Formats: sequence, structure tokens, C-alpha cells
Amino acid sequence: MGKYILRRLVMMIPVLFGVTFIVFFIMSLTPGDPAAIILGDQASGEALALKRIELGLDKPLLVRYATYMGNLLRGDLGLSYRNQIPVAGQVWDKFPNTAMLAVAGIIVALIIGIPVGILSAKKQYTFMDNSSMVLSLVGVSMPNFWLGLLLSLLFALKLGWLPSQGMGQGFFPLLRSLVLPALTLGTGVAATVVRMTRSSMLEVIRQDYIATARAKGITEKQVTNKHMLKNALIPIVTAVGLQFGHLLGGAMLTETIFSWPGLGRLMVDSITSKDIPMVLGSVIFMAVMFSFVNLLVDILYAFLDPRIKSQYGGPAKRRKGVVA
Amino acid sequence: MKLPVVKKQRTLATETWRRFKKNKLALTGMIVLSSLVLIALSTIVIDLATDNAVYNNYVIKQNLRMRLQGPSKDHIFGLDEFGRDIFMRMIWAVRYSLFMGTIAIALSTIAGGLLGAIAGYYGKVTDNAIMRFMDVLLAIPSMLLATAIVAALGTSLTNVLIAIAISYVPTFARTVRASVLTIKDQEFIEAARAMGASDSRIIFKYILPNSMAPLIVQATLGVAGAILSIAGLSFLGLGIQPPTPEWGSMLSSARAYIREGWHITVIPGLGIMITILALNVMGDGLRDALDPRLKN
Repeated sequence: MGKYILRRLVMMIPVLFGVTFIVFFIMSLTPGDPAAIILGDQASGEALALKRIELGLDKPLLVRYATYMGNLLRGDLGLSYRNQIPVAGQVWDKFPNTAMLAVAGIIVALIIGIPVGILSAKKQYTFMDNSSMVLSLVGVSMPNFWLGLLLSLLFALKLGWLPSQGMGQGFFPLLRSLVLPALTLGTGVAATVVRMTRSSMLEVIRQDYIATARAKGITEKQVTNKHMLKNALIPIVTAVGLQFGHLLGGAMLTETIFSWPGLGRLMVDSITSKDIPMVLGSVIFMAVMFSFVNLLVDILYAFLDPRIKSQYGGPAKRRKGVVA
Repeated sequence: MKLPVVKKQRTLATETWRRFKKNKLALTGMIVLSSLVLIALSTIVIDLATDNAVYNNYVIKQNLRMRLQGPSKDHIFGLDEFGRDIFMRMIWAVRYSLFMGTIAIALSTIAGGLLGAIAGYYGKVTDNAIMRFMDVLLAIPSMLLATAIVAALGTSLTNVLIAIAISYVPTFARTVRASVLTIKDQEFIEAARAMGASDSRIIFKYILPNSMAPLIVQATLGVAGAILSIAGLSFLGLGIQPPTPEWGSMLSSARAYIREGWHITVIPGLGIMITILALNVMGDGLRDALDPRLKN
């Protein structure tokens, strides 16, 4: 198992270099002179030229990338164009808020998704199953920023139960302010989880060992929890893990709606003010986080499925069933 | 003795249609989608025929005295923050979501399909080079990648298209590569090669047509995703800019007036949702119809 994790970590290095290079390259296409953005319109030509050299803009792209990566590995993401503060500090500041939101979203998705999915599978083709399938279709089809607006319209403006803007200070205010953004972010994922849980439970439900378990005389609850769910859980873990990227993308929208002080909002604000280092830093950070979460999911997957683990006991084989 | 009736051999398309039309939900999705396409086309025709007169007088014309008025007999969806008729704006917005989503996905299907076919067919170094590049693109969440591209290139219709097309390329490359891998070792490919067919002929004539099924399904669902991304980008102010009517940007401007009128928030979102829902049920239906084994 340790060997497997190590191998995956090593395999991640070229991907991370690729990701940073692509993002760096894309952002270098931005029109406009960074020196002029920093110094303003009034700056003299000489000052602009000096600033460009200071920023290293006179060097070719690859050299600039190498410098950037060198700094990045030392935890330096450069200075913001807007207010000359270190990007890395800002990103580290905002990241916990986004992570909290993403985790809360996942929790919402699991709390709704797994029980509904199980019930749907156990009562296949009943009214309950059909209505939860229709609802989950609506859930995946709903743009999450629209859901966010609707939720804040209902729960914040009409009913006044929950705050619709910002992040509360202290435990309970924080929890209260987290509810609407987490519901917004989690509902779409919940819909996917319902469908995944249902179909993977259905696959398990007809297996012979379930009949055996029932024949042994153990309670239905035990059959469901121990025999069905444990085996059905594997594809669900993958599905949830793959949704994490959507959550990061969705976080930009959700954070904008609810004025949540996270990375997504930092990025959107920086795009509007053409603060390239800030955009670059936050995109790279999010992409790296996404890669790490995917790795974690793969490792968790190997833990959950002994067949995969045993594959890595012997010579490394291709894993089956992981299709993105 | 009566001879058995010889049935005409069914092609894949007729066979698929026969199964597809049994699925009422998918059929409804298709009807909704066709109506949306019709609406979009007729607004384009109206614009061309009237030299944008309808667009200028009803879609983007402001009437500040009546702003934020709720739904009424004259304006069934009410008026927006500038007193523009929301019904007309909704109708005129269909084309942006639908056609831009379709064009973006068409571009990435072609690019991704070719890359995937080449990677799968040639294997080895080519496969590794292409697929590792795709892995890198996949390692960036698609909405994030699209946002970064638009942030760098600037907000214009073309840039949004490019951004979304690029962010979907890896998905299609993977889909096509996977089906090419299952097809390329089959006997009819070997036969074609034995008869002296060139690589490109084998890929275009034998492999790609046989790997169409998953591609079509993926593309249908991809259009839904692309429409959501376009709306999301516009909502962030990075997509289609006002006063051009687009559902996402309508929602974005509605946000500031959420206290003053519910209808300007609810209605544009309904438009997006209905379109996506139609595409999703149609995609699911197509998948079941193209490959009944996948159905559970």
C-alpha cells in the first residue's frame, strides 16, 4: 500500500508541472502591460521600462516560468498588482473558507444523497423511487447559482431565517451563515450521489450473497448496512471525489452570490481588477488542491476495495473500473 | 406452408429510434429541445427580416417608468430592472445558450475525438504524449480552466466558446480513445488492413463510425454542461455582456434587484433549467437506446 501511494505521488509531479505551465501560459496571454497596471497611466516611459525589467517581463516565457516555479516551491507566489501584498498570504488566508464550504457541501450531498439512494434502490419502481429520480434529475439540471439566488430569496429575504451575505464570526453565527451556501453547493452533488447510490445498490441487491445473508436469518437492517452498502459504497466514493472539481468551480459562483470570503471570490475579484498574479496564484492553488483530492480519493478507493489493494501486492496491474 | 415474413434489416439508426421513442421522458426532452431550436431559429429569422427592429424595440428597449413590474396581461413574465420585457428577452436568449453550447461541444468533440482516435489507434509514445497532456488538462476543473482562459483572453463570444471548447476536449478524447481501444483489435479492422487500407481510412471509415455511440451520448450531456458553464461565466460577468439577453447575465443583473422583484430572478433560471433538463433526459434516453446493455 505504501508503495502504491508513493508511486501515485511520483506520478503526480509531472502532472503538477504541466498544470502550472498551462495556467502560466494562459495567463501570460493577457493583453495589457502589467507595468502600466501597477504604476498607473501617469507613469513615464522610463519608469514603465524599469518596472518591466523588475517584473522580469523582458525575459522569454520559459525563463519567467522557471523563475515563477522556483519561487512557488519556496512558497512565494509573487505580489498582487493591485495592492502589492503577497499573493501566497492571500491565498492561504482564503483557502480554509473555501475548503470549509466544499466540505459542508459534500456533507449536505452525502446526508441527502446516500439515504435517498438506498431507499430508492430498495423500493425500486415505487412512487418513492420515481419521485426521487425525477427530483434528482431536476437537481443535476439546476444551475447552482440560480438555486443560491432562490434560497436566499426564500430563506433570507422572505422568511429572514438565515443570513444571505458574508461569513459569521463565532461558532453558531458561522454555522448559520454556512447553511445556504452549503445547500447551494451540495444540492447538485446530492442529486448525483442519489443516482450513483441507487444504481450501485441495485447492482449489489441481486447478488447471491445477499440472498445468503438473508437466509442466514440476519435482520434486514444488517443486510442493508453490512452487506449491501459496504460494497455499493466504492463507486460512490469515486463519484463524490470526482465532484470535488465541480465544487471548486461552483465555489466561484456560490461565493460570489453569498459574499463568502473564499478563494473563488478572490479569483473573480482579481479577474475584474486584472490582478494577474492573484488570478494565477489562486488558479494554480485550486488545481493543485484538486489533484491532491483526486489522489486521496484513489487511495481511499484502494482501501475500500480489497481487490485493488491485493493487486498492488503483486506486480502492478491496471486497475479496472476507474473510468472518468 | 406459409413462408415467414422477411423483415427488412434495421440499421443502427432505425433500431436506436425504435428503442428511443418508447422512452416517454426522453421523447419529451427531444420535443422540448426541438421547440427551443425552432424558437432560436425564428428569432434569428425575425432579426434578419426586420433588420433588428424587433430586437431594438422590444428586447433591449428600456422603459424605466415601468421597471421591475411583475407579470401582467401585457407582459406575461413582467419587466426587468430597466423596464425591458422579460418574455421577449427570454425568447431572444435561447440562441446564445443553445447554439453556443452546441458549437463549443462540436468543436471539442472534433478536437477531442481526433486526439482520442489517434492516441488509441497508434498507442505507445503517441498515446502517452496525447493522454498525459489530456490528464494535465483534466487536472484543472473545467469551470476553473474556462474562467482562466476568459480572464486572460478577455470577455467576448468567441473567447467564451474557445474556453469552454478547450475545457471539454479531454473528456471526449478519453471517451473516443476507450472505444477505439476496444475496436481496433477486432477482425474487421484486421481485414481492412489486410486489404491495404491506409491508417486514416481505417480510422475514419471503420473505427470512428463504430465508436459513435458513446460519443453522441457524451456530446448531448456535454452540451448541457457547456450551457451551464456559459451561463455561469455570464453570471460572473465574464461571458456574454449586457444588454445582449442571455440567461446567465440576466440572472447576474437580477441579483442587485432581488429584493424588489422575485420574477426577474426566478424566470431566467427556469429557462436554463428546462433546457438542461431536456438535454439530460434526452442524453440518458439516447444512451439506453444506443446500448441497451447499460440500462439498469
